[in-house]
Amino acid sequence: MKPLQELSFPEELRYVESHEWVRVENGVARIGITDYAQDQLGDVVFVELPAAGKTLARGAAFGSVESVKAVSELYMPLSGRVVEANPALDSSPELVNRSPYGEGWMIRVEPSDPAELAGLLSAAEYRERLKG
Amino acid sequence: MNPLQAATGLVFEEPLLWERGRNGRTGFSMPRRDVEETPLPQELSVEPPDLPELSEVDLVRHYVRLSQWNVAVDTAMYPLGSCTMKYNPKTNERQAALPGFALAHPLLPESLCQGALELIAALECLLAEITGLDAVTLQPGAGAQGELAGMLIFHAYHRRRGRVRSKILVPDTAHGTNPASAALCGYTAVPVASGGRGILEPQAVAALMDEQTAGIMLTNPNTLGLFEEHVAEIARIVHEKGGLVYGDGANMNAVLGRVDMGRIGVDVLHLNLHKTFSTPHGGGGPGAGPLCVKRELEPFLPVPRVVHREGRFAWSEDFPLSIGKLQAFWGNFGVLVRAYSYILSMGAANLEQASRLAVLNANYLRVGLREHYAPAHDRPCMHECVFSDARQRPLGVTTLDIAKRLMDYGFHPPTVYFPLVVPGALMIEPTETESKEMLDLFLAAMAAIAREAREDPERLRTAPTRCLRRRLDEVAAARKPTLTGRPPSAP
Repeated sequence: MKPLQELSFPEELRYVESHEWVRVENGVARIGITDYAQDQLGDVVFVELPAAGKTLARGAAFGSVESVKAVSELYMPLSGRVVEANPALDSSPELVNRSPYGEGWMIRVEPSDPAELAGLLSAAEYRERLKG
Repeated sequence: MNPLQAATGLVFEEPLLWERGRNGRTGFSMPRRDVEETPLPQELSVEPPDLPELSEVDLVRHYVRLSQWNVAVDTAMYPLGSCTMKYNPKTNERQAALPGFALAHPLLPESLCQGALELIAALECLLAEITGLDAVTLQPGAGAQGELAGMLIFHAYHRRRGRVRSKILVPDTAHGTNPASAALCGYTAVPVASGGRGILEPQAVAALMDEQTAGIMLTNPNTLGLFEEHVAEIARIVHEKGGLVYGDGANMNAVLGRVDMGRIGVDVLHLNLHKTFSTPHGGGGPGAGPLCVKRELEPFLPVPRVVHREGRFAWSEDFPLSIGKLQAFWGNFGVLVRAYSYILSMGAANLEQASRLAVLNANYLRVGLREHYAPAHDRPCMHECVFSDARQRPLGVTTLDIAKRLMDYGFHPPTVYFPLVVPGALMIEPTETESKEMLDLFLAAMAAIAREAREDPERLRTAPTRCLRRRLDEVAAARKPTLTGRPPSAP
């Protein structure tokens, strides 16, 4: 596992303490897990994601990620309806390790309460929590 | 003392059965045909399955060689935390092989299997006495099935009282199967965080326990190897809100004869006969996960149950509130015979002494290891102790490397990366059956590995080096498993 200073947390993303990130593009939130989360998990071997159309509340489990070490739940950083799950992760779960903020994204969600966005952490705040 | 127990001997490579086989070779003779030859009807005729063709000696060597690649409790210390890999005395095998037990057909009439039925009834009594609970079913085929039965009983109990509940509290130091068993029964598992001392705090339970919650699933001692000191208080909080307390007895080996589970407030508890009561395990079964309950919950136990009337033992299905049947027949009977043999051959005093020694051995390792590895909680433990790779990680050495290197020294690795509350966990359970000399060898091996981590970390990262197979590619195995003996593309 890498030391904290070697992990990357892009400034333009928003974060939650359960180690998911959010990027809002044209009103749709793209969601994945952070560099810290993928590093802690180790090699990801399976990702289970919800079907499009599912509506989930903030904090609800939307799927799970399995590594050689453990299975972990994935939690909604905000409430909304799932528009799309990343189809590439089915056959290439390693994308989560290789590119957690890019090709390894997990779901796209139509937020139902845009006000929730304001409650998410900035990169600096998230990094601060990891130190804690 | 040289901690290197493993020596390189004559270990054989072994091909797949299809590579060993030759067309037309066979390991058995068909009995002489005693009917007229008849052609197979067209509609029953299909492409024959791709079975390897082998002689008997080919087949025997194949499996014996594969078995020699294995490590077992009969060959080496097996400190696999949470699994209680104690030595299984051979007398248990001898009793289980008695023809009256081994050859009994499950559909024998009761009059012809009184001994087997009596053994079931007697073992139920012994387990009730050992746990301090009132009634027992031996039906569950493993711990997780015991848990499921327990959850079904929770549900039946609440439904009977006219108030179905939807949630179960599960501490983060409980066994991993607990939330799964609760979920399988339709409950939502609500995690409860353990406190700073590695045990559950009553306030944390009080804050979450409500009238929608069916109860709590506790593992005591918990998966950090620590005794849940507040269990009585926690049980009181849960009972006050009308809930029940489930005890996961997987770690019972620490407290035989020391803790009365009934008196500390546990309502339902499963035991793992294959852990605490010394029946063989590790191969995926068969195990046995008897469930013990308080008198109030007895009507819900699975059927059929053995009853004793007019001097005879009999099966009875006459328990209208029962959750029903869990098995096609009577549970894993051979396992029950072994556990019964173990309990009787040990006796009460020795069972208690076994727990005392299991705790002593774990603490001996805990104190011996803390010089080299970071303890998860530096305080006396029960039957197992948990360390982490916190001191080795800065050297680029992880728990996995330490576990793999331990194989070179001739030990089965401990449980790794569990419990999840300890990052990089190494969970070590020596059990009572290892001698002080063996524990010292283990400590010497672990000390040598800690030294290697500082001086030659690459050696750990490439371990094991003395095993027939080196570091296996676990990622490829998980992502692209080959699940057939011969891949379809092979000729």
